[in-house]
Amino acid sequence: MSEALRTFRRTPLLSVLSIASIGFSLFTIGLFGLVALNFRETLSGIAERVEVVAFVLRGTPTEAVTAASQDIQAFPEVLEVRYVSAEEALSRARAELVEFQEAYRDLESNPLPASIEIRLKPEFRDGASAQRVAERVRVFSFVDDVRYGRDWVERLDRLRDMAGVIGLVIGLAFAVVAIVIIGVTIRITVLQRAGEISIMRLVGATNEYIRGPFLIEGVVKGILGGLLAVLMCWATFVLFRKSTDLGASLVFFEPLHLALIVVFGTAIGLMGSLLSVGRHLRHV
Amino acid sequence: MIRFSHVSKTYPNGVLGLRDVSFHIPKGQFVFLTGHSGAGKSSILSLIIGEQKPTSGDVRVSGFPLGKLTPKQVPKLRRKLGIVFQDFRLLEYRTVEENIGFALEVTGARRESIPSRVIRVLTQVGLASKARVYPKELSGGEQQRVAIARALVNDPPVLIADEPTGNLDERATRGIFQLLQQINGGGTVVVMATHNLALVRDTGYRVIELKGGSIVYDSGLEAAAGAKP
Repeated sequence: MSEALRTFRRTPLLSVLSIASIGFSLFTIGLFGLVALNFRETLSGIAERVEVVAFVLRGTPTEAVTAASQDIQAFPEVLEVRYVSAEEALSRARAELVEFQEAYRDLESNPLPASIEIRLKPEFRDGASAQRVAERVRVFSFVDDVRYGRDWVERLDRLRDMAGVIGLVIGLAFAVVAIVIIGVTIRITVLQRAGEISIMRLVGATNEYIRGPFLIEGVVKGILGGLLAVLMCWATFVLFRKSTDLGASLVFFEPLHLALIVVFGTAIGLMGSLLSVGRHLRHV
Repeated sequence: MIRFSHVSKTYPNGVLGLRDVSFHIPKGQFVFLTGHSGAGKSSILSLIIGEQKPTSGDVRVSGFPLGKLTPKQVPKLRRKLGIVFQDFRLLEYRTVEENIGFALEVTGARRESIPSRVIRVLTQVGLASKARVYPKELSGGEQQRVAIARALVNDPPVLIADEPTGNLDERATRGIFQLLQQINGGGTVVVMATHNLALVRDTGYRVIELKGGSIVYDSGLEAAAGAKP
């Protein structure tokens, strides 16, 4: 430990540079993570609107609908089933569709049918599940028609798939770049200390003895770099939230994510030291 | 103590380092290795300290068969050797006493024992008053004394010195040589590579001269032959 501290004191600039490079590399990953996280949140917000609506034939007794609702509620995909009577549909239309208020006011009879609104569980808010539920609901004799916004649900599915793939590719690319930068930084530290390593070996130090301080140094730099990245992500998030209208709807990482960033930093700090010192020890 | 039996060394790039070299250095001997650059002096020293392995033949140092030395055994061998180089190889950000204490630390010596052993060896090389000084503040001769003190602090039976006076003026050279003589007087084998023939002359010590990777002269053999009836 004292050896590792000595290095920090002796080469403060190089130490700060390596911490900064770890910090900035993890920061880019973190920023990307934040964008991905918020994008996912937005998508799932949109996905909440994925629901199946079954229109009920006029004159169907309420008991039949209630019994069917209970059956539907038992479907594994279903979160909630709600019966909307024809009257409720009309008053909702009057409230929501302001442009048609006049038209709806003068009606002698209610043109809107009663319906069953079926909300799906979060994991089933996709085109295939919605279609599956719709087909099963269509079987009920009193069901006139079933709608689930097929086109836009499928578009949402495609968007989600694409975002997943792009996210994975860009995330991996960022991670690789970060690891390369960190590896190079640690390699510079090792090369800078090549003379010292060879002297240690001359006086009979074992490889474990030589490696120890480098590993501690790598871990400490990784932790500090990780913390720096977390700090920069937070600062960027706060600044961004203040300067845009999106403000309130933006989400930040959970504590677990933050811990993961630091753990990731520590792991690459350790791996970087292990690899670069190991390579050097074999060559001296 | 050190035995080379028909040792040859060819480097991976094809350069011949040594060709069929045999000699034996018994306990307590002072030996000069001489010859021009590339004659094979450094090859012999790097084989002795376990930096290289022989291509053929057998090298034994303090009982270690170097041809079969595993990486784990290298530190054990090095602790039985004191090694001194032309360029001193001191850690410049550590004081004199830290440089020497460091050689004890890496061998796992008890912490309490380190200061007294460092002072003892610094007194031996005549630098007890410079314990807290950094290498840069010392003259070349003094830096080499620190390097020798570091080499001696583990009480090795063998001291290897590769051109230890190569960077020093005449006066400092004499001083270092006298120090090495004193060390040898205490029973330590000293193997010193040098091309300073003025130093070698008239000392009466054994001289092994190398040329093109082979031994062309060994005063030890001559003396042994002369001693025969």
